[in-house]
Amino acid sequence: MAETTADNFDAYAQDAHGHDADHKPGFVARWFFSTNHKDIGTLYLIFAIVAGIIGGAISGLMRLELAQPGMQYIPEWVGGNLDAAYHMWNVFITAHGLIMVFFMVMPAMIGGFGNWFVPIMIGAPDMAFPRMNNISFWLLVPAFLLLLASQFVEGPSGFNGAGTGWTVYPTLSTAGHPGPSVDLAIFSLHIAGASSILGAINFITTIFNMRAPGMTLHKMPLFVWSILVTAWLLLLSLPVLAGAITMLLTDRNFGTTFFDPAGGGDPVLYQHLFWFFGHPEVYIMILPGFGIVSQVISTFSRKPAFGYLGMAYAMVAIGFIGFIVWAHHMYTVGMDVDVKLYFTAATMIIAVPTGIKIFSWVATMWGGSLTFETPMLWAIGFIIMFTLGGVTGVVLSNAGVDTIMHDTYYVVAHFHYVLSLGAVFALFSAWYYWWPKITGKMYSELLGKLHFWIFFIGVNVLFFPMHFLGQDGMPRRIPDYPEQFAHYNEIASYGYLIMLFGMVFFFLSIIVSLVAGKKAPNNPWGEGATTLEWTLSSPPPYHQFETLPEIK
Amino acid sequence: MAIAGMLAFGAGSAAAQDVATGDVAVETAVAAPAMLANAGTAPDAAFGQPLGGWEIQPQVTELGQRASDFNTALLIIMTVITVIVFALMAWAMVRFRRKANPVPSKNAHNTLIEVIWTIVPVLVLVGIAIPSFKLLAAQYDPPEADLTIKAVGHQWYWSYEYPDQGDFGFDAVMLSDDEAVAAGEPKLLATDNRVVVPVGAVVKVLVTSTDVLHSWAVPAFWVKMDAVPGKVNELWFKAEKAGLYYGQCSELCGTKHGFMPIAVEVVSQDKFDAWVAARQADAGIDVSSSDADVDAEPAVDAAQTTTL
Repeated sequence: MAETTADNFDAYAQDAHGHDADHKPGFVARWFFSTNHKDIGTLYLIFAIVAGIIGGAISGLMRLELAQPGMQYIPEWVGGNLDAAYHMWNVFITAHGLIMVFFMVMPAMIGGFGNWFVPIMIGAPDMAFPRMNNISFWLLVPAFLLLLASQFVEGPSGFNGAGTGWTVYPTLSTAGHPGPSVDLAIFSLHIAGASSILGAINFITTIFNMRAPGMTLHKMPLFVWSILVTAWLLLLSLPVLAGAITMLLTDRNFGTTFFDPAGGGDPVLYQHLFWFFGHPEVYIMILPGFGIVSQVISTFSRKPAFGYLGMAYAMVAIGFIGFIVWAHHMYTVGMDVDVKLYFTAATMIIAVPTGIKIFSWVATMWGGSLTFETPMLWAIGFIIMFTLGGVTGVVLSNAGVDTIMHDTYYVVAHFHYVLSLGAVFALFSAWYYWWPKITGKMYSELLGKLHFWIFFIGVNVLFFPMHFLGQDGMPRRIPDYPEQFAHYNEIASYGYLIMLFGMVFFFLSIIVSLVAGKKAPNNPWGEGATTLEWTLSSPPPYHQFETLPEIK
Repeated sequence: MAIAGMLAFGAGSAAAQDVATGDVAVETAVAAPAMLANAGTAPDAAFGQPLGGWEIQPQVTELGQRASDFNTALLIIMTVITVIVFALMAWAMVRFRRKANPVPSKNAHNTLIEVIWTIVPVLVLVGIAIPSFKLLAAQYDPPEADLTIKAVGHQWYWSYEYPDQGDFGFDAVMLSDDEAVAAGEPKLLATDNRVVVPVGAVVKVLVTSTDVLHSWAVPAFWVKMDAVPGKVNELWFKAEKAGLYYGQCSELCGTKHGFMPIAVEVVSQDKFDAWVAARQADAGIDVSSSDADVDAEPAVDAAQTTTL
């Protein structure tokens, strides 16, 4: 062995094996102590699927109970006690909302696809803070466990679980839930929030500092732009949520009265704080979807995204305006008329950058050479669903109209069209688009298209009638309803079944592809796929870009 | 207070209401104090309750009608926009599919069209905003109140007070399914006691809560207002049509959130006066010696002073 000198020093000499670009550590080191953005991205995606199955199953239980008027199923699960059944319903709606928002959409969009493709798309070897990336993911697991645990401890006297709605409004979440369940839910949100803040810091740093030579901000793919804006929204809004729920925690346990009028507090203050976070949060969920759809539409139109700068700055504008419209979630709390006028006007303005995005996607397709592989179908489905959810958003932005729609199924329909159909369609588009890159195997177009079409029909049968229920006056968050609402509720429940059938093909396509999928080429999508991930092998080497690419 | 009597009244109400339908109701009610729960209006499947269709419930207030018309206009505008977007997409999908257009255009910019699709939506939104603002301003510009009612949310029922009619009050608890069927009323919407107001009167409702958030809503009046503990919110309506109008609590308030409906009976001034007199008698309020007057007029002044 040669003498160790400054000229002859091998820091990795103790690793008596190769360390080429595709060298992978052992199982435990690779998946539990992971610092590799692609592995962490994969962990996030698996996590999101598990959470999505749980959150989706809960919505199935809800649609089952709502299929007909009367209480048919939940009372049997809780031993026949009707009040326990009503509370169980509130636990379902709360868990469904929190799980889908914090543990399905966000981890999949930002943690999953963001982690996988932001570094690659900007020509970076990894994220800026790989270890922080690891803890971002592993904080999410205890957060989810805390939320699940909250279902099994006392909420209101005599019943288990938090039935506060995902908004956790006091005084229902304080005086109305004396048991420790809500405390566990609050801790869960604290930890999930910390996870997201760390992730956001990581993305901002990575995007600002680790772009390959020549990759200027104005050359970044739109997906990277969308994650950049999303990360800023997370960084600026989550601390406000953390503050609000901390005040909730001290109100509950330490005798403060921030939200208790008996001590000079105000329950409405909580709503302002919550929605100052909550409204940016809805853009956090949808903006990465915008980015994904831009990539996919451009790829399968074989044309660069139309109006690139307009698209990028429309997202910046949406992010900014997203911070100044929060009280449109609170039109009925008893606000001053001038405040409602302002929030009506500000909310409407969001339709302008959103319109720019939709028109630009259509213009990207215009003059292109379109093919309709599965990711493209999902992206087009996204535009259809998001347009429908967008126009009902304009209706709801009018405070004078919202009076009757507020807290009815019209709102439920609206936000499921933009989230359940918008964000989720974008997620599936990304799933099929990047599946060959992530796994190195092609998926079955037949299964992917069956998944799309059945799911598309299912969710529309599921959610479109909810507009009708809302116009007819059906309130949200009720386990039983007057018989007049029976017809459309029954249709909606059938829609759930159709959607569920569609999901069979999702899981089938995963299994079939992993077992028998053809090997994916570097770029399965042809000349339209111009971003850096398609220059790498499928799957990419464990460490990509050891020599930084030059962007011309 | 009348509350105790009304609570005791409970299950008997269903049978009472069964008889107390139609015009004879008031007389029946006056004759038998135990039946003072309401003024006996029968529900009408075409008004004041869900229709089971896709439309907004028929509005019986002028502002509600105006808002409903505005919503219809919005629906038309939104449908047109949606159809245009979908048509453009469909055309692009057909015209620019790979077989029809094998060589993609490289054009990714057109400043003029980008300016157009920024300016045109702005103009459309301004066109929407103007009537929207006027509607909102009108909703917040109530005439002088003819009658003031206090609605207080509790887990899980509403209680009501008539401060200017001698301050009598009562609870309104949902009828069970059996009771509702017996009374010929829709399930989950009927209450044992109802809010009774005169037709054509400007009614101010002061909404608050004693425990958690609730929300007082009657879709046929286009009103919804959160009941916030520690705070008194105000809404108003002027119902132009007699009848029985239902609503449901519209803010998650815990276990039985879905089971604290709102029932408002709009009756003629005579019936209202008789109902008020009966409630006062029932509550032991001496009308002659107090400033509480069954006539709505003097109530206006009282309302102004109590509710500023």
